[in-house]
Amino acid sequence: MAPNRRSPAGLRRRDFLAAAGATLAAPAVLGPGDALGQGTPRRGGTLNMILNPEPPVLVLGVNNQGPTLAAASKIYEGLLRYDFQLRPQPALAKSWTVSPDGTLYTFNLQENVKWHDGRPFTADDVVFSIGKFHMELSPRSRAIFQRITEIAAPNPTTVTIKIREAFEPFLLMFDVTATGIVPKHVYDGTDFRNNPANATPIGTGPFKFNEWRRGNYIHLTRFADYWKPGQPYLDDIYYRIIPDSASRGLALQSGQVQLTQSNDIEPFDVPRFQQMPNLAVETKGWEYYGPLSWIEVNHRVQPLGDVRFRRALSMAIDRNFILNRLWFGVGKVATGAFSSATRFHDPNARIAGYNPREAAALLDAMGLRPDAQGVRARLKFLHLPYGEVWTRLGEYLRQAFAQIGVQLTMESVDAGAWARRLAEWDYELSINFVYQWGDPTLGVERTYVSSNIQRVTFTNTGGYSNPQVDALFERGRTAVRAEDRQTAFSELQRLLVAEVPQIWLMELAFPTIYDRRYKDVIVGGTGVQASFGDVYIG
Amino acid sequence: MEPAALARFVFGRIAKAALVVLAIVVLNFVLIRLAPGDPASVIAGQSGAADPQFMEQLRRQFGLDRPLPEQLWIYVSRIVMLDLGVSHRQQRAVVDLLAERLPATLLLTGAAFVFAISMGILLGTLAARRVGTLADTLITILALACYATPLFWVGLMLVLLFSVLLDWLPAFGMTSVGANLTGFAVIVDIGRHLVLPALTLGLFYLAIYARLTRASMLEVADQDFVKTARAKGVPEGRILRAHVLRNALLPVITFAGIQAGQLIGGSILVETVFAWPGIGRLAFDALLARDYNLLLGVFFCTSVMVVAFNIVTDLLYALIDPRIEVAS
Repeated sequence: MAPNRRSPAGLRRRDFLAAAGATLAAPAVLGPGDALGQGTPRRGGTLNMILNPEPPVLVLGVNNQGPTLAAASKIYEGLLRYDFQLRPQPALAKSWTVSPDGTLYTFNLQENVKWHDGRPFTADDVVFSIGKFHMELSPRSRAIFQRITEIAAPNPTTVTIKIREAFEPFLLMFDVTATGIVPKHVYDGTDFRNNPANATPIGTGPFKFNEWRRGNYIHLTRFADYWKPGQPYLDDIYYRIIPDSASRGLALQSGQVQLTQSNDIEPFDVPRFQQMPNLAVETKGWEYYGPLSWIEVNHRVQPLGDVRFRRALSMAIDRNFILNRLWFGVGKVATGAFSSATRFHDPNARIAGYNPREAAALLDAMGLRPDAQGVRARLKFLHLPYGEVWTRLGEYLRQAFAQIGVQLTMESVDAGAWARRLAEWDYELSINFVYQWGDPTLGVERTYVSSNIQRVTFTNTGGYSNPQVDALFERGRTAVRAEDRQTAFSELQRLLVAEVPQIWLMELAFPTIYDRRYKDVIVGGTGVQASFGDVYIG
Repeated sequence: MEPAALARFVFGRIAKAALVVLAIVVLNFVLIRLAPGDPASVIAGQSGAADPQFMEQLRRQFGLDRPLPEQLWIYVSRIVMLDLGVSHRQQRAVVDLLAERLPATLLLTGAAFVFAISMGILLGTLAARRVGTLADTLITILALACYATPLFWVGLMLVLLFSVLLDWLPAFGMTSVGANLTGFAVIVDIGRHLVLPALTLGLFYLAIYARLTRASMLEVADQDFVKTARAKGVPEGRILRAHVLRNALLPVITFAGIQAGQLIGGSILVETVFAWPGIGRLAFDALLARDYNLLLGVFFCTSVMVVAFNIVTDLLYALIDPRIEVAS
């Protein structure tokens, strides 16, 4: 609810009119309760937040890692942004229409928008960013934007995009984190990756880049010519680079930083901060990403190719234990292949619950009897090297699987080796978590369809192949109407729950912990990876 | 020592050192490639999406698509010209990155080193002089505790005490951001940030020097020339300084010479805990990101420093103990 709760009244009306003018887009943007606020935003103040690990560069597209997005989303803007229900909201586009056959998108842009270097922003910048910049740089955009047959700027404030065939999730691709609009006058005709201007990013966002002391901090300052009247309220944002998680906790506790996000604070430290009265712990703001974690199964390794074995493993896991004892209640237990925040999630398709006895019975039925040591199968488990909690998860799984006679041998590697091993299919079991980007076609399909079995991370590295699953994903992808997509995806979710191609564990939620004096920190489905133009000190 | 002999010695050592450094470069290059994964796979792993075209673009851009011997040849022939290449990940010249970070590390390790060696020798002397007393016991216990406690834990506890509970000193970083300080205030500010990390890093080495000085002094104090001096009626303070301490310092200097190089390695941990923007963290991040050029650059820089410290140590010997002469 209440996505724009804290915007000034005039602006809210403008947003509302813009969205109301759009057909097929943004139904019921703001409810009547949205006008209720606790005060008017005030100008001034500084926000210190943590950024970890330090990003290599702050230009979207050139780098799309989490920390880069967290900082660059203040500097750049997308055409749209998204509320907690993933409904599109105006950003650089003040309104938009979709033709009835779903192949022509028209975006009407905000007027009087300036780049940080003072040059005017026009529709040409949008055409360049979508058609050339992200098309060349970003694998995620490339996969979607290759559907575009024509992109044009009939006038300086209008962009039209024609796509080959109807593609219902298309409107989800215009967030700043997916398709940030970059200045054509800086990048056109250059080598995007090696452009010297990458050191001093130029965007249209509410904050402009000021200084970057490597290993120390990144400083953004208020952009006085920002197009949204009154915004931004803060004068400065400092991103402090603190590599050690215990030190990050101390920095938050001592008040030297006022905001931590993502993995900054280890889950076992979260309860400590939940008890501090001056801090707010918010787990909303990951809906657009829908990170889902699972045990990554290599189907080429026997007996993992056998559905009965995978089902047994899945039933040997007490997911509530994982949620409550390892993540201290932050997140949700996974119900299946779709995160509950992802569109078309079907709550009726659920994986079987914790039942080690039945799991053992399944293994008996397969003919996998315990040997003299009580072991039915031996498998290697590759730890996910993204922090201590993942190691603890691996240790829990070893115990859980030992109960049904499956013995895990643990392997530890660093992040580089992990990514390489997964991409080379050189693993038996591991842990993975993958963003779903709001829509099954955008973020779920890639893990399960046989056409995406590739030697690259975040593809179908497990090698799962099922023609029925392929067909249902295709039906969901090509259907024009949302209802038809729902039918296909509901059937698909029931099938996947029975097949257990990956052993889903948790819908992750990363706590954003911030000083309560800061208001309107998390206002939409992209959480801290949003403009922060609304943030003020109350 | 004659100036000519000294110059010969220094030049000889530098020539040898250059060969050693070159061997280190080649060894590092080979070692680093043995680690699984490359910069492209790390970037793909962290971007949350990738396709083969993306990976190929990255590898071509980094020059990783060529055969390994060719890559080695390119790297070595560049490094002879002192060109360390460009960081894969940060897209900037490695020399610039090193130049940016090296002063912070030198300041930290330098401060820790001076603190450790001065306090270590002082405490060791004190303990040796009052051997068997309460002071000796306390110093020995302190040294043992510092020696046995892990660095990162000491660091975190110091932060907890001085930053979180007492709020006397900043917990992390090197400067106060956004304070717009100038002149002397900047020095004070950096100094305040420096106290905790330098203390943390220095305590371990302090323990070593204190124990070494104490043991070494007790050994020298028993020797005949000390008894002779005492029999001659030399005042006790002078015996301690000129006869005992000066002779006892030789093993301490040997150790300090070796450890001056190691301080840079130990600073990785302290720089991480205190978010100190130094070269150790640069190396650690580069390792995790498989940023080959940057990591090799850091290795190159630190190995040059270790070799340089060794030459300086050899020269110091001759200065402190005239019986030792430098020889090529």
